[in-house]
Amino acid sequence: MKVPVRITVNGRLIEREVEPRLLLVHFLRVFVELTGTKVGCDTSQCGSCTVLIDGVSAKSCTTLAVQADGASVTTVEGLADGEKLHPLQESFWNKHGLQCGFCTPGMILASHELLRTNPSPSDEEIRHGLEGNICRCTGYQNIVRAVKDAAGAAAGADQ
Amino acid sequence: MAASPVLPKLVGQRVKRREDPRLIQGRGTYVDDVKIAGMQHLAFKRSDIAHGRIRSVDTSGAEAVDGVEAVFTGAQIAEFLGPMPIGTPFPSPDHRAVASDVVRYVGEPVAVVVARDRYAARDAADAISVEYDPLPAVVDPEKALTGEPAVLHADFPNNAAVGPLPSGTGASPKAVDDTAIDQAFAEADVVVSQRMVNHRLAPTSIEPRGVVAHYEPGKDAMTIWSSTQNPHILRTFIASLTGLGQDQVRAIAPEVGGGFGSKINIYGEEYVAAALSRRLGLPLKWVEDRSEAFLCTIHGRDIVAYVDLAARRDGTVLGLRMRLVADIGAYNMLLTAAIPTLTMTMASNVYAIPAIRATLTEVFTNKTPTDAYRGAGRPEAIYFVERAMDLLARELGMDPAEVRRRNFIRPDQFPFKTQTGAVYDSGDYAKALDRALEKAGWEQLKAERDAARAEGRLVGLGLSMYVEVCGVGPSSGLPTGGWEHSQVTVERDGRVSATTGASPHGQGNETTFAQMLADQLGIPMEHVRIHHGDTGVVKQGIGTFGSRSQAVGGAALHLAGGRVKAKMAKFAAALLEAHEGDLVFENGMIAVKGAPSSAKSFAEVAGYAYRPIKLPEGLEPGLSEEAFFEPSNNTYPFGCHIAMLEIDRDTGEPRLLRMVAVDDAGNLINPLIVEGQIHGGLAQGIGQALIEEVAYSDDGQPLTGSFMDYAIPRASDFPRFELESTVTPTPVNPLGAKGVGEAGTIGSTPCIVSAAVDALSGFGVRHVDMMLRPERLWRVIHGANGSPQGGQA
Repeated sequence: MKVPVRITVNGRLIEREVEPRLLLVHFLRVFVELTGTKVGCDTSQCGSCTVLIDGVSAKSCTTLAVQADGASVTTVEGLADGEKLHPLQESFWNKHGLQCGFCTPGMILASHELLRTNPSPSDEEIRHGLEGNICRCTGYQNIVRAVKDAAGAAAGADQ
Repeated sequence: MAASPVLPKLVGQRVKRREDPRLIQGRGTYVDDVKIAGMQHLAFKRSDIAHGRIRSVDTSGAEAVDGVEAVFTGAQIAEFLGPMPIGTPFPSPDHRAVASDVVRYVGEPVAVVVARDRYAARDAADAISVEYDPLPAVVDPEKALTGEPAVLHADFPNNAAVGPLPSGTGASPKAVDDTAIDQAFAEADVVVSQRMVNHRLAPTSIEPRGVVAHYEPGKDAMTIWSSTQNPHILRTFIASLTGLGQDQVRAIAPEVGGGFGSKINIYGEEYVAAALSRRLGLPLKWVEDRSEAFLCTIHGRDIVAYVDLAARRDGTVLGLRMRLVADIGAYNMLLTAAIPTLTMTMASNVYAIPAIRATLTEVFTNKTPTDAYRGAGRPEAIYFVERAMDLLARELGMDPAEVRRRNFIRPDQFPFKTQTGAVYDSGDYAKALDRALEKAGWEQLKAERDAARAEGRLVGLGLSMYVEVCGVGPSSGLPTGGWEHSQVTVERDGRVSATTGASPHGQGNETTFAQMLADQLGIPMEHVRIHHGDTGVVKQGIGTFGSRSQAVGGAALHLAGGRVKAKMAKFAAALLEAHEGDLVFENGMIAVKGAPSSAKSFAEVAGYAYRPIKLPEGLEPGLSEEAFFEPSNNTYPFGCHIAMLEIDRDTGEPRLLRMVAVDDAGNLINPLIVEGQIHGGLAQGIGQALIEEVAYSDDGQPLTGSFMDYAIPRASDFPRFELESTVTPTPVNPLGAKGVGEAGTIGSTPCIVSAAVDALSGFGVRHVDMMLRPERLWRVIHGANGSPQGGQA
């Protein structure tokens, strides 16, 4: 039995009939054809599937699409402002905060949540704030630099 | 007169990666992002017992699931898919992509479903019912060598897959003269001995494995996308097993989300997808889930060593004995049997050890097969030797740096042939040690450690030296050949397209290789594009593993670039009426040396080469040259790592306080990328020492089947890494680059464990096996029964 859902994805309203068990990440990847959101595990440990639901980060591999009915979802594809990259995207690029790139969409969105709740974190706070996301390539050092850099850029922009 | 704008030299610069814009916007295409009309999905039914004979497989439940196209048991698959090939010369038991009679590890496939979508495929796989007659599980590799409690493969009595092999030999053991080693131990003032375990790990790329196979009957051709480190090798094996010619198979490695050695292999799921696509005429996709990754992607390490080190009282090492028992799991995969032989090969580490006797036995057990994981045989060697050197330092009451320094191979001894047959290309080990001691503030750290101890804190220091074998390698050492290939084409408009067979999975080759070509041809980097990962575009290649993409692939690119440049100079010489030897390529121009007004733009010469109205004598039109680079030897990067660690007296929890790494990878093309490689390597090496371990129960059930049980390091597990480099170029390739991908993983692990042992030295401990589980350390501190101040680990 399928149920209707209405989810706004990156500003675009998507209406579909889905199985109640359909995961939000598969809704995004298969039904909306936005494949930037990744699946790295089945247990919500790795964070590759992180998206924003109504502005707050969530792991879309352990969220059902029906749970996001009526909500607004932002994926990595929706982060840039047209051609202008989001400051976090810029800083991950500038500070070499990625290698294979697979964890990166989730890492950037988790960083987005971190800076939303703590706009000028210390290194230690960044390291703890990203505990829900796994990167196997970078050893995290340049990710920490990237988040710090983005926080600095945001602070600079506010002044 | 205004100077013409000068293009900066890019080699050696921290150039931002050109791969990143697509990846940070979610626009990369990984294998699970590939979509083809009519594509169906595979799911595998896997064994849930470690060892047993299959009595029956009932697929009727699966066939009843809505959306199921087909179901195949192992016996049915065996009718059209042969045994899995391996890439080493060692004897190997029959290994099928899908088991039909006996299962030998938890996770081994027993049936496969083809269905409309992955939900239906999974439902159907779960509806397959398999009955087994269980057999005893072989879990302990040393006990397995007695043939107990069972024999996995009838042709391998006592479960010995390989060996015992003496050092320096591959498939054909020869008699070894033990006189020198016996004499070394007879003459020694001191002998230290220790059994050590370098335990089993899961490589754990964050992108799981996956494959899309698309056989097109009309073309009689197959395209296969795979998350692989080596599409050309994949093509060779897929063609062979599906009965197609290599001309009929196109293999594509799209974006690959990490590999760490685990994606060198050609796996059963890839063979099955290809064979079923050909049989059904349908495009098929399979993507691993994380629990499958822990069960069915190769594991790494898992070697027990019995090490004896003989030395004089002054610290001079006279001889080393190393007896290795490698637990390789249930089957040989592509390189499985060869990996532990590298542990023997690298047993001399950075030391001029006059006598070495290393022996190796590889054992089948009811576990996931092992194969190459970042470092692949070298981390084990360096761990065993460096822990032994630490035991020696402790025995002699010497500074761990000093005992190492006394035994270094000196810079004037290169090329240096070790007693295990490796020929080291170049090195300056004392320089790396000195830089690390200075960077860490070694004497100051010792004072800090002692002060902390005086306060009752358990703080320790560890130091390790390493050398590894990289730039793999001459063709004699690899069944696929050890060369790399590149083709550089200057297009009609002066832009440059280059191909490389070194197919990256996060290494940033698109950036480093473009830096190199831009410098070589004197053009903007933006005018250079690097193509990789597609056998339809990249004519030949081997792949990315063994820290070879720069040292071998970069060298091939450099040769091909030089060839196209030489031909272009001939066209330019004709246009400029100059001698080709007098031309310089810079700033997008080709100019006569000393006469800058006599010049043509790079683009103009390129255009002329494709429409040479007056073709210079002896030239063909066009600008496209290729090169195969065959290295004369491997490269041997090295370094020194230092760790400071504190153990919580109440909980046993270790905490890394400092991590200093001085690495020498020869000449560096892009230090930003090199540092990233070292960071990642350190994280994996530290992860092994502190928190990562694949564990099995006594009946062969994996206890670490998800990220909830297998601890992958998080950002909060590390301090800020402190890096520095020394530069000792290799003479083996024209770039002088040695390779860096595995360095951090190799050097870091032993110094962490040595730091922990140092921290616990007050409890009379000489050695603690990894991983440094708090419980294990707590027992050292509090005694096995919880009584304070007792216990030997």
